[in-house]
Amino acid sequence: MSELRERVAALLAEHDPATTERPDFLRARFDAGLAWVHFPVGLGGLGLPRAEQSLVDELLAAAGAPDNNPRRIGIGLGMAAPTILAHGTDAQRARFLRPLWTGEEPWCQLFSEPGAGSDLAALATRARRDGDDWVVTGQKVWTSSAHNARWAILIARTDPDLPKHAGLTYFVCDMTAPGVDVRPLRQLTGEAEFNEVFLTDVRIPDTDRLGDIGDGWRVARTTLMNERVAIGGRPIPREGGMIGLVARTWRERPELRTAEAHDRLLALWVESEALRLAGLRLRQELAAGSPGPEGSAMKLAFARLAQQASALEVELLAEDGLRYDDWTARRPEMVDYLGREPGYRYLRAKGNSIEGGTSEILRTIIAERILGLPVEPRVDKDVPWKDLPR
Amino acid sequence: MTDPNLRYTDIEDDLRASVRDLLADRAAPESTLARFEAGEHDLDLWRALAELGATTLHLPEELGGQGASYRETAVVAEELGAAVAPVPFLGSAVLASAALWHLADDDDARALLSDGGAVAVLAVPLSTWDSTAELRVDGGVVGTVRSVADAAAADVLVVPADGALHLVDARAARITPVLALDQTRPLADVEFTGAPGTQVAGSGPDAVRAALLAGAGILAAEQVGLAQRCLDITVDYLRQRHQFGRPVGSFQALKHRLADLWQRIVLARAAARAAADALTTGVDVPVSVSVAQSLCAAVAVQAAEECVQLHGGIGMTWEHPAHLYLKRAKASEIALGTPGRHRAALAPLVDLPG
Repeated sequence: MSELRERVAALLAEHDPATTERPDFLRARFDAGLAWVHFPVGLGGLGLPRAEQSLVDELLAAAGAPDNNPRRIGIGLGMAAPTILAHGTDAQRARFLRPLWTGEEPWCQLFSEPGAGSDLAALATRARRDGDDWVVTGQKVWTSSAHNARWAILIARTDPDLPKHAGLTYFVCDMTAPGVDVRPLRQLTGEAEFNEVFLTDVRIPDTDRLGDIGDGWRVARTTLMNERVAIGGRPIPREGGMIGLVARTWRERPELRTAEAHDRLLALWVESEALRLAGLRLRQELAAGSPGPEGSAMKLAFARLAQQASALEVELLAEDGLRYDDWTARRPEMVDYLGREPGYRYLRAKGNSIEGGTSEILRTIIAERILGLPVEPRVDKDVPWKDLPR
Repeated sequence: MTDPNLRYTDIEDDLRASVRDLLADRAAPESTLARFEAGEHDLDLWRALAELGATTLHLPEELGGQGASYRETAVVAEELGAAVAPVPFLGSAVLASAALWHLADDDDARALLSDGGAVAVLAVPLSTWDSTAELRVDGGVVGTVRSVADAAAADVLVVPADGALHLVDARAARITPVLALDQTRPLADVEFTGAPGTQVAGSGPDAVRAALLAGAGILAAEQVGLAQRCLDITVDYLRQRHQFGRPVGSFQALKHRLADLWQRIVLARAAARAAADALTTGVDVPVSVSVAQSLCAAVAVQAAEECVQLHGGIGMTWEHPAHLYLKRAKASEIALGTPGRHRAALAPLVDLPG
């Protein structure tokens, strides 16, 4: 631990945050191995346990050092980076991880398609080999940050004659390449937080393939596992989520109170507190090196409670609950479930049980992988993808 | 406020294993069903638990206890809930023990706590959530308490009367066993007609309140143990039961219900652990206990109801133990404050007035 402190002190001594430009400081931090200490030496880390990162973050924050605005580049940090680390070549790791971490090159994720949501492995975007390149054509959807992204992680079908999981390959896609067309996707909140991405004969060099040809599903599983870890993983204080906003309204507006709403509010408060404790328990298990599968329970509970709490607040507010703050097609830089007005929060929370795996798919995964219940009969498993009904 | 420790320690895991072994051996469903029919405690099992030290874990060694904490007591409660074991754990090892623990300056109280053989039971209705005592002292203790958990096993009754605790020899009271919804936790009505009692020095309403808080907190752990066991046996059954040429556990409608139950148990376990830790550290006790009791009671009932329903016809029979879980879960939901009572208690504590 003291060695880590010394490294932080040395970084601060050589690059005074008060006088160093933000990108320069972040690059220096990466090169000092203090970006993500659990990454290998030379790739922004020191090969230490993940838990030791918090000390670095605290020391640097206390010294007034800039951070890499992790919420803005969450897809790169949470999904692309662990996948590149696990499956990339040395050249790919060296090329991509540093500007990913500093935020100079933001990332997005080209996975979901109009015809492949929960059944992601059925995706139809096609990559055909052409010399040293691949030529990619298809349509992706629900891509957050595509309009700001420099790079994307992409899954495409390279062999339609194989069963759906077997014919996939994983690529890094240059979002500035010709044929990449990003269009805003307006959602029921009015804003356009996500995008549709149309890919028309986009050329991707074979050197930007991540993992083997036909091994895309295995690579994607790394990405998806990390997506689930990223959700609900941060410590929050009591009343830290949606329930805190409803509780505030309850306290500030006594004239809105009814007996029926009171018991609902308290029931939600209890469950929100229990969810917070479950998150704390999960992190304590992680720190002790024995993580359980409780993360998927937390995502289910988080979605349900966010929806119920935001619904209660709209009802409580009566006349004000009937109003809405803004129906224009805004392009928010970052998603904030807790931002804006109650009507927005009520509508946005509907996405919590869809994005990152629907609650229904999650229940199936829990039942099969955690509880050990028998799998559903699968009719599509051994059929060539091109012969599947769609 | 420092975070509560919500993990099970290695020592707690070892303790769980030994209690679980004992219960597998001595409290199999068939024998528990026989006890249910008789409405009797299994006092041999109780003595075996006492020999393990499982009935005095949180008491300090100078009072004949194990010098552990409520965290360990909660682990035992989980296992007893999983087995719906018919032992006077809640009435004696939790409620009476918690009431007397901090009154050990009193010679009689200390002697009673330290006497490993004697069963002391707190004479309150199991459904009570606050400490309203209806008993008077008029020469001796006078009045009736209905639906007292574990009273039939009592050697000594710890009786709240006229604002203080009194120790009354159980033979001096009229203890009438009643048919209970949950016969694995036998109930009795207790009538005092001038029974001689000795007042415990320094005792007041706070002692009863502390006992009820400890009881509700430990009961939450028992409910988590019961819920987990209901989930486990239901999953096992749905894996082997076939209909329509498939294991019924492969039907999505059933899988999703069990996934939801599991998710609720994850939250309930975190809340119950927080309550046990709060009872141990003394930090944030009323909020932690009411959060846990409000959630765990409901989750245990959900688990037991799902256990009956998803077992189909066999779950409705007397022979299958599912009904023992249902009866324990529903009675425990009423015990020491319903979820609604605990939510109401929580309101002023967390500044959410009605």
